[in-house]
Amino acid sequence: MTDLLTPAESEALLLSLRVAFVAVFAAMPLAVAAALLLARARFPGKVVVDGIIHMPLVLPPVAVGFLLLTIFGTRAGLGGWLFQTFGIRFVFSWTGAALAAGIITFPFQVRAIRIALESADCGLDEAAETLGAGWFDRFANVTLPLAFPGIVAGVITAFAASLGEFGAIITFVSNIPGETRTLPLAIYTALQTPGGEVEAAKLSLLSILLALVFMTLAEFLQRRMRR
Amino acid sequence: MSVEVALHHRFGPFSLDVGFKIARAGVTALFGPSGAGKTSVINAIAGLFRPHEGRIVIGDRVVLDTKADVFVPARDRRTGYVFQDARLFPHMNVENNLRFGWRRAQNPASEGEIAHVIELLGLSHLLPRSPKALSGGEKSRVALGRALLASPDILLLDEPLAALDAARRGEILPYLERLRDETKLPMIYVSHAVDEVARLADEIVLLSDGRTVEQASVFDLLTRLDTGIDPFGAVLETEVQSHRRADRLTLLSFDGGQLIVSRIARPEGARVRVRVRAEDIMIAREEPRAISANNVLPARVVAVRQNDGPQAEVQLACGVSRLVARITRASVARLELVEGAPVFAIIKSVIVDSSH
Repeated sequence: MTDLLTPAESEALLLSLRVAFVAVFAAMPLAVAAALLLARARFPGKVVVDGIIHMPLVLPPVAVGFLLLTIFGTRAGLGGWLFQTFGIRFVFSWTGAALAAGIITFPFQVRAIRIALESADCGLDEAAETLGAGWFDRFANVTLPLAFPGIVAGVITAFAASLGEFGAIITFVSNIPGETRTLPLAIYTALQTPGGEVEAAKLSLLSILLALVFMTLAEFLQRRMRR
Repeated sequence: MSVEVALHHRFGPFSLDVGFKIARAGVTALFGPSGAGKTSVINAIAGLFRPHEGRIVIGDRVVLDTKADVFVPARDRRTGYVFQDARLFPHMNVENNLRFGWRRAQNPASEGEIAHVIELLGLSHLLPRSPKALSGGEKSRVALGRALLASPDILLLDEPLAALDAARRGEILPYLERLRDETKLPMIYVSHAVDEVARLADEIVLLSDGRTVEQASVFDLLTRLDTGIDPFGAVLETEVQSHRRADRLTLLSFDGGQLIVSRIARPEGARVRVRVRAEDIMIAREEPRAISANNVLPARVVAVRQNDGPQAEVQLACGVSRLVARITRASVARLELVEGAPVFAIIKSVIVDSSH
């Protein structure tokens, strides 16, 4: 790899993978909970909750980044408190990039998991209940295993999408080499540099390869699990 | 183990108003047309449906009492529910399906008892298979086994045969009969098929439009003319009296006399349920002498029901047993069949159920 990529390029690649990984896995429990809520629960205002969860799909990512800045900036309320109390700082940090990517790709996860939960028959839940299983038991041993292919599909799709997140990241955590400069930001930077077209093309090709690998993996895993 | 059910619920224009008691083990059929509320009743017993008002007692456990605000959740009710569509867990093999309830039971069955249930239902060769690789009949049997191994106090069966074709039904019924005869569990069997009920049930709770119309023994209810169900000719509990080996026949006795049937492989003294279709009973005013039928029973006319068609149903008393003959209205008039008339019932064929 070191032969093919410059240190700066492999740094951007590894950072992208790390950001996407943390973004997806930190959001996953919340995504499962949200999907469960939308698939199984009936409550007033469900449409509104559904809308809020899916908002990142339609909002401009730059707006999401700006929103995050106003909430988690070190001079903002929550961000300031986190920074002063725990020393946690999202802005200008790769964890902030993960937060932004996690929020943008959250709807992908929720949708895939929700569809899986809805196709996992409710009748099996009732059957498990008559056989003596409590709610957590049923969730862990019936609902979750049946929804597993959907969860995997959602996770991989969200992962691939996280690798490509640009607007929210650059707005929220800026474009810092080695810290927040993921692949798309590196491509953007290359294009801003005179004579950087070859560099941009190389990084774009890398992005395409990554996307292909993960989408194929998702398809393969889903087919295997459906059997 | 006794069961007491009383419930009331409104679903928009439809209201459910059902009450019955089961005093002993055996099969109680919840019988009635589709939409009579049968499934809602067993869902209420299982705890899957919470009626507006009601009280359900299983043995000595009050599992529902809306007045006292008692609602035991489904998971703690110990009801073995066999769903119409089996509802096996697709991500587990047959063995893990069977053991799902067992693992969660308060008094789990011993390995010996598990082996017995597996043998009883003929499941041993299916254990490592996925439910997806099972036939409809096999799925039903696994669902039965899974419910049994959860050590329930009562078994609820929601038309377990409805999704199967006639051949598969014939394959499952003997298993259900064995279950009825071997386990001491009360079983509530939801069905709208009179044949299944006549074959399996001891007691019938008749539902119509969400109401309990009648509760009586299967021997009585299916040979009554006033229930709205097409009556059966006879459902009789008989005892094997002797085998006539040379003729390849078996002599069965019941409280109204004797029946001769093709030889059956049961020992003398064994109890055998037989059925006769109403079309297979003829009526004679005088004892027929030269006749091919083996079974001619002296009887007395109890009631006659005529409707618009050419047919009439004549209810006969034969000892304490009841028979119903379906003959033409013309014959009723010609033979002057009125209440109390002494007659002879000629039984053309007898269906023997318990063949195990």
